[in-house]
Amino acid sequence: MRYIAVLSLAVIPLAAIAQDWEGRRVFGDADAPQSLRVLSSTDTSFFVPIIDSFLEGRADVSVEYLSTGTADLDEIFRENPDQYDVVISSAMDLQLKLTNDGYAQRLDGFAHPDWAQWRSSLFAFTTEPAAIVINTAAFDGLDIPATRQDLIEVLRENAPRFDGRVGTYDVRQSGLGYLFATQDARASESYWRLMEVIGSLNAQLYCCSGAMIDDLAAGRISVAYNVLGSYALARQDITEVLTVILPSDFPTTMMRSALVSNASSEPALAEAFVSHLIRLQSQGSPEDFPLPSLDAIQDTTGRAAISLEPALMTYLDTLKRQVFIREWENAIIQNQ
Amino acid sequence: MTGEVPAYGSLRDRLASILIGGSAVLAVLLFFVVRGYAAQVAQEGQDSILSASVSSILDAAVLRDGAIELDFPYASLSMLSTASDDRVFYAIYEDGTLLSGYGDLGDTPAVAGDARTFASLDYDAATVRVATASRTLIGADRPRRVTVRVAQTQDALAETLNQISRNVAMFGLGFFALATVLAYWATSTTIGQLSRLTTSVTRRGPQDLSPFLKPVPREMVPLVGSLNTLMVRLEHSLKQSEDFIVEAAHRVRTPLATVRSYAEATFQRVQEPENRTALRAMMRAIDESSRAAGQLLDHAMVTFRAENLEREEITLDAMLRDLVERMTPIAEMRDVTLRLDSDGPAVLRGDAVLLQNAFRNLIDNALKYAPVDTAITVRIRATPQLSVDVIDEGRGFSPDEIDILATRFVRGHDAEGHIGSGLGLTIAKDVATAHDGTMVLSNTQKGGACVTLRF
Repeated sequence: MRYIAVLSLAVIPLAAIAQDWEGRRVFGDADAPQSLRVLSSTDTSFFVPIIDSFLEGRADVSVEYLSTGTADLDEIFRENPDQYDVVISSAMDLQLKLTNDGYAQRLDGFAHPDWAQWRSSLFAFTTEPAAIVINTAAFDGLDIPATRQDLIEVLRENAPRFDGRVGTYDVRQSGLGYLFATQDARASESYWRLMEVIGSLNAQLYCCSGAMIDDLAAGRISVAYNVLGSYALARQDITEVLTVILPSDFPTTMMRSALVSNASSEPALAEAFVSHLIRLQSQGSPEDFPLPSLDAIQDTTGRAAISLEPALMTYLDTLKRQVFIREWENAIIQNQ
Repeated sequence: MTGEVPAYGSLRDRLASILIGGSAVLAVLLFFVVRGYAAQVAQEGQDSILSASVSSILDAAVLRDGAIELDFPYASLSMLSTASDDRVFYAIYEDGTLLSGYGDLGDTPAVAGDARTFASLDYDAATVRVATASRTLIGADRPRRVTVRVAQTQDALAETLNQISRNVAMFGLGFFALATVLAYWATSTTIGQLSRLTTSVTRRGPQDLSPFLKPVPREMVPLVGSLNTLMVRLEHSLKQSEDFIVEAAHRVRTPLATVRSYAEATFQRVQEPENRTALRAMMRAIDESSRAAGQLLDHAMVTFRAENLEREEITLDAMLRDLVERMTPIAEMRDVTLRLDSDGPAVLRGDAVLLQNAFRNLIDNALKYAPVDTAITVRIRATPQLSVDVIDEGRGFSPDEIDILATRFVRGHDAEGHIGSGLGLTIAKDVATAHDGTMVLSNTQKGGACVTLRF
């Protein structure tokens, strides 16, 4: 046993370094005595001002920001929970399951609304709706759809125009995509009809919102369904090209959440980081905190976000997931 | 005779401690019983929700193409949301093989067995409540047994129980406080009966040996009964000794008178100085004995008559004038002047025999101590309060004795050489008391003794 323990201690850092990250960036002095490893599904660009302000006055701290997809992130963290201090993800179900399974540390003393936290361990700090984003030019001469039903009709009526030009998450790869899809399916049957239509148009499947928005901006696709609107709105360079639509029939709003690893080697620093996040989201200006705060969506539309509750684990069940993925594949992959 | 009675414990304390101790035990018992009951009810509540969750998952199980498909509803886990965000675990087995969920949640369930079971076990550093149930699906080839197990931590339950415990503890404390107040009240009421009896015993006059006739609580009847019997016996024995004294005094006085007359006759006859001295001493001793016997008789009479006082209208000044006249010859024998000073008629309702006796004793006393060629004044004042002073011009009372002189058989230490038994002041005082009056001893400014009776 001891050999294995020693061996794994030797191998784990190598494995961590060998990991293929979507983004990896070290803030502050890399040789600082204290270093915080943040594992996140959020694009690094959104966190630059947040981490910069966190490091103000903390000269002896460095933050290593590692980003990857939500499903990967869950897997990576479960393998080595002691390698990471803070875990930030938009996949609420995976985050809740991590907390439920005892990976998160309890942080008492945060004045945070009940609906935005679970077990004082998992803290939501943004509200981000799933949006329909279209390339405005591609809809020239067509009505801009306001609901899923509108979108279904537009796509059906202009099938040749949109063939191969509709993008959505590959729910098999993306944890967030799976969360959006399952919550949509739970809310309305129109999700499945939309999937049938998108499937019949040779849907393009994506791992992440960023890639979808890039393709939309470049004109490779005309419509993306269930994209993070916040990502699109954050791209100042392409606001002219794209239109972000929040479907008015029913909302699917995700809350990005953070937890401190139970095996964290810098628990106090990690707690301070989460505290910083929570404070920034409520008090920070858009420059300091580029993501939509908890109140942002509630204030403008009165829409409730997906609630943080154990039921989020329902669709993570193996049997349940099998059924859902099979139905999704049946709908979306028709001509492949 | 007010000897210290040794105290052994306290009835009040004992009663109070039994009552308070009892209510403390009851309060603690109440706390545990209610808390236990609440725990049971809360546990049943959690069990029923877990059971509903298990049922909703089991109901979703179907066989499709020979495989178990379990598209269980969102509500199955949603119903387990609690205010304390309890953790939720579940496991789904087919014929004892894990299909999905947490495989390490308790032992692998037996394939057989229909019963819905509940158990508490430790899982991942927390105590969880587990509900397990099974269902058999009939497939084309063979039946499949699906077992579902749902577990939940008990944070909300513990919170509820703590809340209940706090409330029950407050309730128990309140109950205890109330019981303590009640215990004090009950104890005081009970002991109050004893205190009342004590007070009525204490308030009685020294002569009052009549039985207690006021109703008392049943438990105290034997005590009061014994007390009454004791009183009767005491009175009887007191009376016997009084009778004995009267009888003895009476029997002694008559022969003494005879002896006195013989002694006097002999004194006239003998000429030898030593014989005369001896006889004079003899006569003095006889006088003293005779006087003591007389006072004992007076005292017994006063005691008897005071208990059965007969009141009649008495003109006190007339009575005293008469008394002074009768005693003047004795005074003159001693070269003492006896004066009466009256400011008018003084009328009193009382026993003439007793009053006469009292004043005779007082004047007698004054005569005994009055030096030669002095005066004794008997002063009667009708206003503001009826009072009689007997004043001599002797040495007066010694201040350190003034309080005890009226006690039976106590004589002043300057009484040496005077005939007397020490009963004179006692008799006067008893008479004054019997007439609801008082006797006050004082000295005049010139130093003489003054005895005042006020009625």
